[in-house]
Amino acid sequence: MNDKLVIGKHEFNSRFILGSGKFSLEMTNAVIKNGGVEIATLAIRRANKGGEENILDYIPKGITLLPNTSGARNAEEAFRIARLARELGCGDMIKIEIIKDSRYLLPDNCETIKACKLLSDEGFIAMPYMMPDLSAARSMAEAGASAIMPLGAPIGSNKGLLTKEFIKIMVEEIDLPIIVDAGIGCPSQACEAMELGCAAVMANTAIATAKDVPAMATAFKMAIEAGRIAYLAGLGRILDNKAEASSPLTGFLED
Amino acid sequence: MKEYTDVEEYFDTMEHIESDVMDKVLDLMKRYDPSAYTAKDVVNAIAKERLDIDDFGALLSPAATPYLEKIAIKAKDETAKHFGNSRCMFTPIYTSNYCENRCVYCGFNKDNDIHRAKLTIEEVDKEMTKIAESGLTEILILTGESRTKSDITYIGDCVKTAAKHFSSIGLEVYPMNSDEYHYLRECGADYVTVFQETYDHQRYSELHLGGPKRVFSYRFNAQERALIGGMRGVAFGALLGLGDFRKDAFACGIHAYFLQRKYPHAEISYSLPRLRPFINNEEDTNQVHEKELLQTALAYRLFMPFAGETISTRECPKFRNNIVTLCATKISAGVCVGIGGRAEEEKGDEQFEISDPRNVEEVRKALVERGLQPVFNDYVRV
Repeated sequence: MNDKLVIGKHEFNSRFILGSGKFSLEMTNAVIKNGGVEIATLAIRRANKGGEENILDYIPKGITLLPNTSGARNAEEAFRIARLARELGCGDMIKIEIIKDSRYLLPDNCETIKACKLLSDEGFIAMPYMMPDLSAARSMAEAGASAIMPLGAPIGSNKGLLTKEFIKIMVEEIDLPIIVDAGIGCPSQACEAMELGCAAVMANTAIATAKDVPAMATAFKMAIEAGRIAYLAGLGRILDNKAEASSPLTGFLED
Repeated sequence: MKEYTDVEEYFDTMEHIESDVMDKVLDLMKRYDPSAYTAKDVVNAIAKERLDIDDFGALLSPAATPYLEKIAIKAKDETAKHFGNSRCMFTPIYTSNYCENRCVYCGFNKDNDIHRAKLTIEEVDKEMTKIAESGLTEILILTGESRTKSDITYIGDCVKTAAKHFSSIGLEVYPMNSDEYHYLRECGADYVTVFQETYDHQRYSELHLGGPKRVFSYRFNAQERALIGGMRGVAFGALLGLGDFRKDAFACGIHAYFLQRKYPHAEISYSLPRLRPFINNEEDTNQVHEKELLQTALAYRLFMPFAGETISTRECPKFRNNIVTLCATKISAGVCVGIGGRAEEEKGDEQFEISDPRNVEEVRKALVERGLQPVFNDYVRV
């Protein structure tokens, strides 16, 4: 089946985007392999040589890096982080994360819209992490975003698709891949997001906090694939046994 | 993808805009095969919370006709969800019937020997004063398509006059450039209606023998230019019966759909005209009966549940009374399709024959009797 995930000029077979940074680096390879992962995110602030180990050393060749701008508090900072990512050889895709809220880590849509413009003008494939708000998503698309990444629930919460209705609206209204980022807590939720027509799912905490991390990656892979196939197959109807009126609404046609 | 070329070149004065909407619509219309749908497709479409283009196609197909009642039930629900029981009332005013086009089905056809007339602005004011006495606050200004007899300045003056009497002003005049729409918006116009008549461009060229209207794509892009010019809303219509009505209704439906996607703020509305007898063409060769018209109206409702639907006085009172309970949201009343005739004697002939001569009070009463709430004022100009 020729069913590629297309983001900007890149094409992928896998629709499971792996967030990194929450499980030990030596497990990365197994998670990527089990999950059939082709895209993995990384925080540029961690990719610097500052820490003990560099995540870049653990991500296998052939995996597309999706650097994020975490740590940025406004568009200008996100822009500088993105440039740094490019210098580090992390490619041209960038996940815009602009967060001014340290408790819930909820994104700032206004600054994110600005960053989309700055980054896409600079030639980046901008993928904004955002609160699912239709107007903001439209502005991001207009500002040059290549995908929209609404959150399902607060990051790391594992609470699932709390924003389901709004994500549905975005899938329907925005002509860009919609990728649920943050909040997905278990494979069934990932599957549900895919059934709705999301183009991909990003998960990290759900896998990182599982008892068996690599096995959970396998489960996510299967769930995401199942959801995608179900979406393409077209979900069956939900029965609505509404009684027909004794005097039919269209009866006037016969008189 | 662009395969379509106009049978006639753009006039020098006609504005080109960059848009992929027409190509998308014509391409999907070409691929739309009403006979390809089954009962299952129809049942699935009815059950959906949100219908896609293919579901819309199913509802317009012959396979949907046995399900008309079920579709009507759903449509009634959707209308209630988005509009409650309120139904807007308005009236059209024809200010001129001079026309440069030669459309074989139209009473205003340049070649037709009819009484031509144009109201002076003073007469327009008198007619509007008369209309405003009925309590209506929404008006639709119509003219024949003549840039010389009813030029932009004239239309602008009609709009300015209307703005003294009405809070909402629609235009159904010839397609124009975005700066002209912008000017009329400044004068006080809110909405622009353009009927594509038929979306089958082959048929279109057979029916529109002369005049600027012959340029299919300039007409097609009129609503988009109107939105670029700052209009609040745009209305769409296929004159059902000119071509294959299922394909025309399909194209008209998705034309509005794609424009709304591109201009999400735009208020969208469908008109539901079908071919009726007119001067010099008394013969009824129409295959679109009330049932087919209703199927189309219901399909629009399910596909674009938030869109307005206007039901014309081409239809009889009984049909109009019923369709407003199901899916139509806007109904005209006290209609004259000649030039003048409300305040003073009619100066010029009609475009077509109307089938519902009821005045504003009669239509208002009919709505109330059906549990509906007539809305005279739906907009405040700021």
